Amino acid sequence: MTQAFRIPGAGRVDHAKPVRFTFDGKTVEGREGDTVASALLANGIHLLGRSFKYHRPRGIVSAGSEEPNALVGTSRGPGRSEPNTRATMQEVWDGLTVESQNRWPGLDFDVGAINDRFGRFLPAGFYYKTFMWPRSFWDKVYEPFIRRAAGLGRSPTEPDPDHYASRHLHCDVLVVGSGPAGLAAALSAGRSGAQTVLVDEHAEMGGTLLSEPGVRIDGQGAWGWLDAALAELRGLPNVRLMTRTTAIGYYHQNMVGLCQKLTDHMAAPPEGAPRERLWRVRAGQVVLAQGAIEKPLVFDGNDRPGVMLAGAARTFLHRFGVKVGHRAVVVTSHDSAWHAAFDLARAGVAVAAVVDVRPEVSRVLTGQAEALGIEVLTGHTVTGTTGRLRVASVRVNPVRGGRVGAGRTIACDALLMCGGWTPSLHLFSHTKGSLAWDAGAGAFLPDRKTEECEIAGAGRGLWGIAAALDDGAKAGAAAAKAMGRVAGVGTFAVEADRTGDGVVVKELPTDRNAGLAKAFIDFQNDVTAKDIRLAVREGMRSIEHVKRYTTNGMATDQGKLSNINGLMIAADALGKEAPQVGLTTFRPPYTPTTFGALAGYHKGSHFEVTRRTPIDAWAEAQGAVFEPVALWRRAWYFPQFGEDMHAAVARECRAVRTQVGMFDASTLGKIEVVGPDAAAFLERMYTNPWARLQPGRCRYGLLLGEDGFIRDDGVIGRLADDKFHVTTTTGGAARVLNMMEDYLQTEWPDLDVWLTSTTEQWAVVALQGPNARTVLEPLVEGLDLSDAAFPHMAVAECTVAGFPARLFRVSFTGELGFEVNVPARHGLALWEAIWAAGQPHGITAYGTETMHILRAEKGFILVGQDTDGTVTPGDAGLDWAIGKQKKDFVGKRSLQRPDIVAKGRKQLVGLLTEDPKVVLEEGAQIVADPNQPLPMTMIGHVTSSYWSEAMGRSIAMALIEGGRDRMGEVLHIPMPGRTLRATVAAANFVDPDGLRLKV
Amino acid sequence: MLLIHCPYCDETLPEPEFTYAGEAHVARPADPMALSDEEWRDFLFVRSNPRGTHYERWRHINGCGRFFNAIRDTVTDKFAMTYRAGEPRPNLDALKEAAE
Ligand SMILES: [Zn+2]
Repeated sequence: MTQAFRIPGAGRVDHAKPVRFTFDGKTVEGREGDTVASALLANGIHLLGRSFKYHRPRGIVSAGSEEPNALVGTSRGPGRSEPNTRATMQEVWDGLTVESQNRWPGLDFDVGAINDRFGRFLPAGFYYKTFMWPRSFWDKVYEPFIRRAAGLGRSPTEPDPDHYASRHLHCDVLVVGSGPAGLAAALSAGRSGAQTVLVDEHAEMGGTLLSEPGVRIDGQGAWGWLDAALAELRGLPNVRLMTRTTAIGYYHQNMVGLCQKLTDHMAAPPEGAPRERLWRVRAGQVVLAQGAIEKPLVFDGNDRPGVMLAGAARTFLHRFGVKVGHRAVVVTSHDSAWHAAFDLARAGVAVAAVVDVRPEVSRVLTGQAEALGIEVLTGHTVTGTTGRLRVASVRVNPVRGGRVGAGRTIACDALLMCGGWTPSLHLFSHTKGSLAWDAGAGAFLPDRKTEECEIAGAGRGLWGIAAALDDGAKAGAAAAKAMGRVAGVGTFAVEADRTGDGVVVKELPTDRNAGLAKAFIDFQNDVTAKDIRLAVREGMRSIEHVKRYTTNGMATDQGKLSNINGLMIAADALGKEAPQVGLTTFRPPYTPTTFGALAGYHKGSHFEVTRRTPIDAWAEAQGAVFEPVALWRRAWYFPQFGEDMHAAVARECRAVRTQVGMFDASTLGKIEVVGPDAAAFLERMYTNPWARLQPGRCRYGLLLGEDGFIRDDGVIGRLADDKFHVTTTTGGAARVLNMMEDYLQTEWPDLDVWLTSTTEQWAVVALQGPNARTVLEPLVEGLDLSDAAFPHMAVAECTVAGFPARLFRVSFTGELGFEVNVPARHGLALWEAIWAAGQPHGITAYGTETMHILRAEKGFILVGQDTDGTVTPGDAGLDWAIGKQKKDFVGKRSLQRPDIVAKGRKQLVGLLTEDPKVVLEEGAQIVADPNQPLPMTMIGHVTSSYWSEAMGRSIAMALIEGGRDRMGEVLHIPMPGRTLRATVAAANFVDPDGLRLKV
Repeated sequence: MLLIHCPYCDETLPEPEFTYAGEAHVARPADPMALSDEEWRDFLFVRSNPRGTHYERWRHINGCGRFFNAIRDTVTDKFAMTYRAGEPRPNLDALKEAAE
């Protein structure tokens, strides 16, 4: 292509370095230093995509990160494609692939554009209205329509092969924005010796200075001064400069998130380089020097390709050496666009006219325009544009005394608009800093600050390079002084500065039916002035409601261009002043940020820790299938010889009930409770009595919350008068320790007790089954294992397989059982010793599934499965675990609350299906009468349900209203397609008298 | 991310080291069984939930492990001060006056 709109030698691009990329498959040539937008404009391409709702042709509106329209898909290979990349920010490189979005079959002819002609059927609030009725239309009509229409790019489907880095950074002064204000602030702070960081989202520092080469500072051209300033900053060891770095969010206590793009601008990124880096900066002081964003004007046809912001045209001209058209018209309410017109005219663009809505404009401006042969149309309005894929003409009308006169048409291929400037205060708003309307500036300006920050330059309504430099220097010095530095305030001699002012307008007046005008406010979400007025007519009063009803400002640009225009029109419709209506809230991130940057290193195996027991490697070698439990990975079952899960679990269950099984119980939570008041402490924490428990004995402990509901349970062994070995559920360990610490530190600091988490200090091997003693006995030294000497619920310290051990005689299966605790480093050796010793006795390793089944066969609860935070000891059938003589324990008072003693509470019972082969679904709802009308009254749900190998049938546990009074009653479980029948039974299915424990 | 001063470590540290632990100065009654149902309900469930100054508990869970108290503004999220568990409720207005 020819780059017919490039001015040879002009701008900051490297004209000696051509760069070729593709746009919709066609090769486009740009220059090194170009953005996709500037390279396309150099080739006369304005049409970049179709709009979201109406599929209208859209082009480039701005030259920066505020761009709402020119969103493209970029790609550098599989998994490395990105939708909604702003063409104004993406730098070009050889081989870059760029695709337009939201068009089908092609950009020039798009089927969806039919929406545009039927636009009156898609008014504000159409999401809420259209799709409400009839319901049957949803699947076939509305949803496919929305999916087609909501075509803002396509997400890649492959995994992202790139990696993303993150770092912390501490500094004295963080300066956001490297225009004149930011540079001056960084110079003040940097020269003072303060640790200073200057960041800018663009590839190059300089901000407005890059678009104002005619200004002279301290006797140099703006670009010369910029080079000198950057060279000085680079030479200061206490200053860090970061380009392509966006301050995405401003959080509490001067924490600012920065997203630094590292490789997206490179043709060949270094192998292994991170694509982006997220910086978490904690700054002593923050200087916000983010400048201002130009506002579009609101008139019919203001979205046509070729209609763009006047300041953007000036940036494309000066920074990239690109003319945005051959014949331009400027329409404005602010002086700044006049200067854009003059610059374009001097660069050889035919500027047909400057249309200014103001009746009176400075004679200096009009005189200069006339000298350049530009027609001056003050007191005029714009009432329409023509051109299918590119603006071809603009219709202008005089306005006299509020009346719009006859229109005339001016041919043009670029229409440059300026509705004034909005201070960029997004980050300031993140801090909940308040804004105040300044009638003089016609803008919201920063008011009350909540953080240690300064706002400098155009961000607080100051206009012109000189004002920005002076203000930035003061802000930087103030920030440095606040950090204890001695800082001077630099002064700057500025010539040829171009200051000016303007007026704030709503939609421009027209002689045509305003109800038919396509005067866009939010280009990305296709919101028009008419939509805002409709929302107000339909009763929206708050700007937050208007925003959500119309979706104004809710696109990926967060309304950077549209919010103030939307507010002005809403305020007019409401008959109020702008400050009374107020602004919606800006939230992080400032610009769209990749999930990769936010996730950083926390992906794959680094997403969260995987806790492994000392026996984990043995289980893995045996081919165990694992399940995650509270960050642990636990052996779920051990399939042998190609067994499926059902066969493996049935075999494991049989082995425990008939011979002996071994189980890795190391994940059990363990807390050592030590001290003279240890027993008194447990007496207060747990429901059970502990004072008279003898050393060498253990007891089931039940822990409630103060509300009387079950929080945790576990066996607690007394090793000595002042030493208890407390076990908790696997998932509850940290919670229980936190709760114990809370009471000990804050309610009973008088108790002399120490709590230590010992979960990972002990490896635990459970040995369960009739042969358990036979296997264990030869390995134990220093302890008589006979039933008489070491009965059920005994605990002792001894030696097992040569390792120091705490041996518990406990059973979570109903069989004769032992749990051997040894220091974790001996866990695997202990396991292997028991495994070897058990070979002659049919020892079988079992996993968590078998453990769950065996305990359910005994009706032992699993806290968190059979309880859900609303279950009392009485509900769970655990009244026996409450020390009746105890005056107080955590939760005791609540057990007398009226709703807890009331009849009809859900109680835990057993459930046996009529068809013994049917295993109920856990969570299934239970009803008393299956023939009642919908919605049925549900009286409970299934909490645990398994195939019981010992019973030769299914078993279940359930929480059912008044369950213990329903023994023998047949209840119903409605499932898709059928209703199951089951009988209420006691939740103790195997060996209900517990005879197997007494051996 | 807030910075929080642990009154036991006497250090100001980032928020991820701490966990929130509910309203402060809600003491467990010495004899819960002596309370009426209404009084016990209030102890269990009724909290001040103010807009503004809030006395609350935090725990330096990934540090020294101690529970402590704090005064924080629920509108700005900012901490006015932190103090040790068991110390009396500071009078924020008096502190402000003393500071001026
Ligand atoms: Zn601490």
